[in-house]
Amino acid sequence: MPLAPPITEIESLKSHPALAGLVAWNATVVQAAKFDREELTVWIVKESIREVCAILRDSADCPFNYLADLTCVDWYPSEPRFEVVYHLLSIAKKERVRLKVRLDGSSAAVESVTSVWPSANHYEREVFDLFGVRFTGHPNLKRIMMPDDWEGYPLRKDYPVEGYR
Amino acid sequence: MTQFPTAVAEAGRDMPSGDRTMILNMGPQHPSTHGVLRLVLEIDGETIVGMRPEIGYLHTGIEKTCEAKFYQQVVPLTDRIDYLCPMTNNLTYCLAVEKLLGLEIPARAQWMRVLMNELTRINSHLVWLGTHAMDLGAMTVFLYCFREREDILRFFEMVSGQRMMTSYFRIGGLALDPPLGFFEKVKKFADRFPGNVDEYENLLTGNPIFKMRTQGVGRLSAEDAIALGACGPTLRGSGVDIDLRRDAPYSGYEHFKFSVPVRSEGDVFARYLCRVAELRESIGIVQQALSGMPEGPIKADSPKVVLPDREKMKTQMEALIYHFKIITEGFTVPAGEVYQAVESPRGEMGYYIVSDGTAKPYRVHMRGPSFANLQALAKMCEGQLIADVVAVIGSIDVVLGDIDR
Repeated sequence: MPLAPPITEIESLKSHPALAGLVAWNATVVQAAKFDREELTVWIVKESIREVCAILRDSADCPFNYLADLTCVDWYPSEPRFEVVYHLLSIAKKERVRLKVRLDGSSAAVESVTSVWPSANHYEREVFDLFGVRFTGHPNLKRIMMPDDWEGYPLRKDYPVEGYR
Repeated sequence: MTQFPTAVAEAGRDMPSGDRTMILNMGPQHPSTHGVLRLVLEIDGETIVGMRPEIGYLHTGIEKTCEAKFYQQVVPLTDRIDYLCPMTNNLTYCLAVEKLLGLEIPARAQWMRVLMNELTRINSHLVWLGTHAMDLGAMTVFLYCFREREDILRFFEMVSGQRMMTSYFRIGGLALDPPLGFFEKVKKFADRFPGNVDEYENLLTGNPIFKMRTQGVGRLSAEDAIALGACGPTLRGSGVDIDLRRDAPYSGYEHFKFSVPVRSEGDVFARYLCRVAELRESIGIVQQALSGMPEGPIKADSPKVVLPDREKMKTQMEALIYHFKIITEGFTVPAGEVYQAVESPRGEMGYYIVSDGTAKPYRVHMRGPSFANLQALAKMCEGQLIADVVAVIGSIDVVLGDIDR
């Protein structure tokens, strides 16, 4: 089963309900899209992520009402350094979509989606704890895994695997 | 009584919010929190008005460790995340890497994976049922459950040499073919097990004390369950019909017939009924896997990824070279990313793997079902008594290894 090459033109991916809904609402929020290994990834403009999530959640044909996962990838030393990754699931239509937001290392902050899904609370705290990405509007942005007085963000690529000695 | 929203405890203060309330610490060494879970409760008399879970006591940084290992070296780490269902973790990780590689798995390996996964589900549910019942004062059920669990652990030992940290599934297939006599033993167990479930149900389902402790306790509506990210039996107990084995089949689950138990009550008892019904469904899948087990290879035909047989290594130069290269340099995985979700005993277990084209994963993220379910705990406990917190924790079946990773 050889891998099919990824599809990156937004035009040819419009049949996917998530992308169709977003392009119909406001095409400028979509930076790029990729269909690879049967999974759709959509890059969203950083400022609109909360709105986009709300639009997808309340979509009439295919409501992406479940936040399956929220995490982050550090692309140090290239910029934009962080990618916050949202995995959404439509429980009714069994569709999945992956949203991504690119963030600069110098101002790693993005609007929180806790107002859209309360379940984002712990996930965003975990990303803040381990990557140092801030979520504006989060009700309780504190460390969740590491002790409160911990220095540094362990999952960043410039943080040594053995920790600082 | 003044109603305080859960947000009071969320604000992170360890001070009571009014004159009538006090803060009580439950855990991390409390026997009924199933591990090192710490709950900060705000109580008015015996009634919970707010709750905040404090986690991280078991954080080992597995995600960071994975980034420093070859792909095949990550498999034994995944066992240690959700230690009650090691094979499900193995499966999720292997499926994700196989998706990245575009690797086709032979039918026998897929069916063995299904068989072992359903045994794992039964194993995990038995631990849950035993400890949940014991938390509520029913000691006998615990002994019965662990009797059957012992049989399943023996099966694990037969195929992998390990009772708990099995690492039996490998990227590209299985570690070994099951030994002689394995299927007969599992068949014997599968024929006997429905009678054992009747035994547990006789002790609990109609038991007035158990019903009083569980019915109407820890209610969670379907909307709240979705908004708070609950998954698995917790979500199905609230009336949401979702099961990834049926909705997004993986590893050949599309060949199996089973039904998905859903209850609409949303209380502790509904979640109990869902899981007990799942025990019966799982043993049905085990029977189907046994009767239809295909013959054939247990590893994919991909010499650059899958270790060669010992016999070939001793007779073929090529095989020896591949073995040396996989062990010393690993194998490269084409750049890309996948999110593979699997229905674990506790709900949606997802592995998000990013590859940058090298022999080590660039990023591995585990989406733990217990981590998701934990967020619904505060909502379920609001307005309940302290004694009910124990019942509710048991009903979402937390595994702290899965939460803290």
